[in-house]
Amino acid sequence: MTEYLLLRHRNQGEENIADLDTYLALGGFEAYKNIVTTMTPESVVEIIKASGLRGRGGAGFPTGLKWSFLSNRFPRYVVANSDESEPGTFKDREILEHNPFQFLEGLMICAYAAQSEVAYNYCRGEFWELTHKLEEKVHQLNDYGFLGTQIFNTDYSLQVYHHLGAGAYICGEESALLESIEGKLGQPRLKPPFPADRGLYQSPTVVNNTETLTNVPLIMSRGPDWYKSIGTEKSCGPKIMCLSGHAKHPGNYETELGITFRELIYDLAGGIKGDRNLKAIMPSGASAPILPANDEVLDTPLTYEDVPNIGSQLGSASIILLDDTVDISWAVNKTMKFFKHESCGKCTPCREGTYWMSHLLGRINSNVAETKDIKLLEEVANQVTGKCLCPLGDFSTSAVVSGLELFREDFDFHLSNGNQSIQDVNI
Amino acid sequence: MDKNVILNIDDNQVSVPSGTLVVDAAKQIGNDIPVFCYHPKLDPVGMCRMCLVEVGTPLRDNDSGEVVLDKNSKPTINWMPNLQTACTMVVSEGMCVRTVTDQVSRARKDVVEFLLTSHPLDCPVCDKGGECPLQNLTMRHGSSESRFLLEEKMNIAKHVPLGDLIYLDRERCIQCARCTRFQEELVGDAVIGFEQRGRALQIVTYSDPGFDSHFSGNTTDICPVGALTTADFRFGARPWELTNTPSLCTNCAVGCNIHISTRRSGVDGEWQIKRIMPRQNEQVNEIWICDKARFGHHYVSSKDRLDHPLIRKHGELVETTWEHALTVVANNVKQAKGSIVGLAGERLTNEDLFSFSSLVEGSGGRLFQWPGLLGGGDIVNQVGVGTNTDLAKLSEDTAVLVIASDLAEEAPMWWFKIRQSATKLGASINKSKASVIVANARPTKADDMAKATIRYRYGDEVRTVLALTHYITNGKQGLIEDIAANDNTDLVDAANIIAQAKNLIVFYGGEGLQYESSNALAQACANMLIAKGSIGKKNNGLIPVWPNCNTQGAWDMGVKPSGVGTEEFLSKSDLIFIAGADPVDDGENLPKDVFVVVNELFQTETAMNADVVLPVQSFAEREGSYTSGDRRVQRFYPALPCTKNVLPDWEIFQKIGNLLGICEVDIGPSVIMDKISEKILSYQDINYKSLSEFTKQWPDIGGQDSYYGGTGFENTVGIGVQTKTLAELGDDIEFSTVNPLGWTSGDLLGVPITLSYDRGSLFYRSEIMHSRVPEPYVKLSKVDAGRLDIVDGDQVSVVVGSIESSCIVNVSDNIPSGFVLIPRSMGIIMNKHIVPINIKKCD
Amino acid sequence: MSKEDNILVTKYGDQIQVILDRYPDDQKRSAVMPLLFLAQREGLQITDVIMDEIANILGVSTTQVASIVGFYTLYYLQSGGRNRIQICTDLPCALRGSDDFANQVCDTLGVKIGETTEDSEFTVEAVMCLAACDKAPVFQIHNSEGISYFENQTISDVQSLIDQLVKVPEILEEDDK
Ligand SMILES: Cc1cc2nc3c(=O)[nH]c(=O)nc-3n(C[C@H](O)[C@H](O)[C@H](O)COP(=O)(O)O)c2cc1C
Ligand code: SF4
Ligand code: FES
Repeated sequence: MTEYLLLRHRNQGEENIADLDTYLALGGFEAYKNIVTTMTPESVVEIIKASGLRGRGGAGFPTGLKWSFLSNRFPRYVVANSDESEPGTFKDREILEHNPFQFLEGLMICAYAAQSEVAYNYCRGEFWELTHKLEEKVHQLNDYGFLGTQIFNTDYSLQVYHHLGAGAYICGEESALLESIEGKLGQPRLKPPFPADRGLYQSPTVVNNTETLTNVPLIMSRGPDWYKSIGTEKSCGPKIMCLSGHAKHPGNYETELGITFRELIYDLAGGIKGDRNLKAIMPSGASAPILPANDEVLDTPLTYEDVPNIGSQLGSASIILLDDTVDISWAVNKTMKFFKHESCGKCTPCREGTYWMSHLLGRINSNVAETKDIKLLEEVANQVTGKCLCPLGDFSTSAVVSGLELFREDFDFHLSNGNQSIQDVNI
Repeated sequence: MDKNVILNIDDNQVSVPSGTLVVDAAKQIGNDIPVFCYHPKLDPVGMCRMCLVEVGTPLRDNDSGEVVLDKNSKPTINWMPNLQTACTMVVSEGMCVRTVTDQVSRARKDVVEFLLTSHPLDCPVCDKGGECPLQNLTMRHGSSESRFLLEEKMNIAKHVPLGDLIYLDRERCIQCARCTRFQEELVGDAVIGFEQRGRALQIVTYSDPGFDSHFSGNTTDICPVGALTTADFRFGARPWELTNTPSLCTNCAVGCNIHISTRRSGVDGEWQIKRIMPRQNEQVNEIWICDKARFGHHYVSSKDRLDHPLIRKHGELVETTWEHALTVVANNVKQAKGSIVGLAGERLTNEDLFSFSSLVEGSGGRLFQWPGLLGGGDIVNQVGVGTNTDLAKLSEDTAVLVIASDLAEEAPMWWFKIRQSATKLGASINKSKASVIVANARPTKADDMAKATIRYRYGDEVRTVLALTHYITNGKQGLIEDIAANDNTDLVDAANIIAQAKNLIVFYGGEGLQYESSNALAQACANMLIAKGSIGKKNNGLIPVWPNCNTQGAWDMGVKPSGVGTEEFLSKSDLIFIAGADPVDDGENLPKDVFVVVNELFQTETAMNADVVLPVQSFAEREGSYTSGDRRVQRFYPALPCTKNVLPDWEIFQKIGNLLGICEVDIGPSVIMDKISEKILSYQDINYKSLSEFTKQWPDIGGQDSYYGGTGFENTVGIGVQTKTLAELGDDIEFSTVNPLGWTSGDLLGVPITLSYDRGSLFYRSEIMHSRVPEPYVKLSKVDAGRLDIVDGDQVSVVVGSIESSCIVNVSDNIPSGFVLIPRSMGIIMNKHIVPINIKKCD
Repeated sequence: MSKEDNILVTKYGDQIQVILDRYPDDQKRSAVMPLLFLAQREGLQITDVIMDEIANILGVSTTQVASIVGFYTLYYLQSGGRNRIQICTDLPCALRGSDDFANQVCDTLGVKIGETTEDSEFTVEAVMCLAACDKAPVFQIHNSEGISYFENQTISDVQSLIDQLVKVPEILEEDDK
């Protein structure tokens, strides 16, 4: 694909589309205006449904369907999830920085479709500067009459506010995010009830990822059929792939869903740093199973349906590349440090399991572990799996279980060689 | 809503109301799914993951919606891939649950192992040991070996005081959030909470003073491990050494059911009260008690207890024998020839009162309540709240008016229950809430849960109720505007809420009222209830916020306040017989040259003025019955053997009566109750057998499993019997005219108010509570303080009539000017009513 | 209430109102996080007095405010340096050498990870993924002004940044004269 639809849509030259007038001059907010003045909320939902758009936050849930589930109560809320905290994910930040109005337009269309008069954009606290810029852009939209009351002389009113997180990965989980906006600990809620029924302030709420919403104006202006024609049948549309780790040129690559790992890594990103061999791929940050870098994997299309077939997840497409210098037990230890640090502590298996696994991995990595510790690590991981209140617990075991299964020698290595230290394998 | 659903648990069919959780459904057929975070009184959170079970639902055809049958014509079950938490899963028709599979037992073992990884395993020294859900469930479901390295355990603080009553052992805490949810959901006072996250998650308080909720002790009961303990019981005894005796709290009119846990201890092996625990009675206190009930019992074991009868000889009180003391009293009664006045105070049981009345009235005298400030007992017997009303489960169609009472201080458990009705969302968030209206001259804590608050001027209580009644019957605002004129109140809102509600419950108290005006208030409230048709049925009627645990019993036994004439009665009598009261301390001068007999636990001011002092048993050493403000007659049992030379009040009265030939001495209170039920209509069905009838309580918290924490909950000895009101018995209840009395006049009027934690002679003997009891103070409005040139914290002298006391001043923004709030039983001597007073700054 | 108890309201009254206006009237508690950020402009640390004040503004308990401070990592109960240098050492950045980079920063400042320089100017911290993995080494600086990103950093970039940051007060002092 040559055209950037999400990262720099409308900007085919050098224009700065983060500037409102430029964005407007290039046709920005026409879809929004058209919708608010001529369409019913229901018909917007139908179009999104027909487009086949799936959530880009990780789970790939059909977006139109989500919007149609809202309980018939008011007020309703719409919340954009810009918490982007999965290791290896940096796409939403780029959208918010370079193409903020397309995202905001998507958010506003979503609010209209959900018949919500207040929308929040939840940004991770680290996006402090970015969020302040976004707030200014929202002011501008107010000044231009795109937000506020009686928008375009209709009955419709809408306010967009920003809410900053403060350093908690779990707040990316939608129900924890809602708790966080409510001023509580960012701990996930029980589901059901789902946000569509009992969301923010117990009102029906739509939560969508930033990238998901950034697709919306495209679909509304070019039509669902056009959109469906991009990507595969079950995974349509453009997708930003975040490539990190040992890529020669790490960064965001916007492609059609359905290109293969090989095309992404070797054709677009120039292969592996230092032209070394690729050892493993973590396709969904720290959260999904590690994949071996074999031909089967490399030729698998990046879609919601194909990646699970080879034993992992597409997630939000945060692809971390590990070359042949990497000790997988070290990488797994890094992920466990992350999950131990980010476990909210609400449920037992995740709270205790990440603490325990992190100790075991620490012991392995400092070469004081015995064979039984590796076995115990595997058992503890299995003991956590499937028992937690939210998916984070299961996420924490993915790398452990797959790492042990595929790269057991990297763990065993620490048993036989007492001199190996973490620094040695670090680049 | 209450349609039943049939499900299948381990091949047993269970039928439960829709909306029931799987864990509760299982409990109904005796299947104890283990839980830690779940508690039937709190909203489910599904955090601990102990209750994981296999759940499946019948497969339905996508098109027809029909259940798909297998080849045996049984529904095909779609088993969910992951285990589900039984504590959050709501039952559905045809659901199948498996709780005994390998997968489930594995999960239980796994979760217990996780919980124990950083647990100190200090059961041998833990207060919870023996009644600890974690211990019990580990025995049943846990693994026998530990795979976690000792040196990797979290080492965190033990013995952390969360306040002066509750201690936290951080190592034992399993982060179930029961304590924090209790405080937030049920008490509405989130003074404890979680800090940090992940494995570092721990309970903290940042409030100052610490964990100072009036209900804090309950968290130690529901804590499923030994993380929370009370300062009182910590290291006090092992639970299995304790004997639990069913009893009643005697601190207020609610009648909370308790257990007194006793054990022999000390060098002399004497029986002692080790702790007070709530005893489950869903109709009264569920499984909760306030901290006053839990920690206020220490007077029972006080070294100052009277141990011998005393008699005045040459101006001194000296020890004597019972025989001598009783003979002297009997002779004096005879000589008084009916010129006798009896004063019945707070602690007397129904049987005591009945015997007291037989003695005094049988000798031609008169028996009154002391201090007898609140009227309306007869009215309560007409239109009191309907039997089987559950104050914690009122819903949207019910309005509750609280007038002239600081409910949270005067009857904490009623406040707690009403709050649940008014705020708690309950397991199903759709549950609707009752509307509470709080009317008082000043803000009180109950305002927090009120839909409308009414502020009137002290003296306008009756007029306020008249105005509300006028509005709801005629839809006119006339009177309301009158009242509201100089106050900013939601009177109209309140009237509309009452008018629209189907049911109405009215709590009335005596704050700011004279005895006569409180009678008028009770009648005005009754009229409003009659006008609304809110009498003689459940969820409707009148509840008096009586000052004592058996004030209602006193009215029922025919012992009423004397009204304005007390002094006159007293001065005209030749003998005054006082039991359970301390009128001298209340500022009443006993006339000279009168023979005074006092039944007491302690050497009170009044006892020091007596001619004969007869020492009595405390409630913990004897049995008897009390009648609560909502007319529930309940029994209590002897918890401690009586080792002192003391008698129960009823026996003293009867022995004297016997010497006078008026009555026999009964073998025990149960016989007296039989006599009461013969004589008093509303007690006709009440006897010691009916009072100890026990119906199974649901939710089943006090059973044998003990995994809900705390073994004291179980109640097998009766939940009491509520007497029927005349309205319920079918009498025609008519309006009575009410005359609002004029305002008491005076520049500055003293208004006695009630504090739960006061310096009452019994309560204040529990030293553990001293830090909670304020310094004696009076509360003054800003305006008056300015006028009198007094600032917050000044030392002042308060002059009431001829009596002067000193204390500090608390200047407040939100009390009406012209009034001084004077907490009762705080050492500021105050005649019973609202009266003109003087305040001067001390030099 | 004394003036001392009203630090935030006195200084940021208008901003507090703007923040409160973002949330429904009966959901004031929602404002706790933005108010804590506001409070951290005063020395990048949350004090008990501030927590009391926020609790008062929002009608919640101080403990509820403290819970929030404790849960989220960008609020600080303990004092640290005037500038917190928060270096991402999470997996993607570590693959691009951020652990070494962090050590070098530490060496430059003469501290260890988690420590504060003697002049209380800098605290070096290792943090989790900052959503800038392609631009490793990366860190953010959190100080009373807010949070700013620094991407594709070298140790000499860090050195000049340090110089710049410590100069600021001197420049101010110059101005004062
Ligand atoms: C632990 C955890 C972290 C998550 N983090 C994020 C995140 O940072 N950003 C995001 O958009 N979704 C995140 N999600 C997914 C959200 O819960 C939710 O599914 C998503 O915001 C829905 O939006 P979508 O349908 O547009 O994908 C996370 C989920 C979990 C379980
Ligand atoms: S799985 Fe982890 S993050 Fe999710 S609720 Fe449980 S403790 Fe919290
Ligand atoms: S998760 Fe069900 S009891 Fe804790």
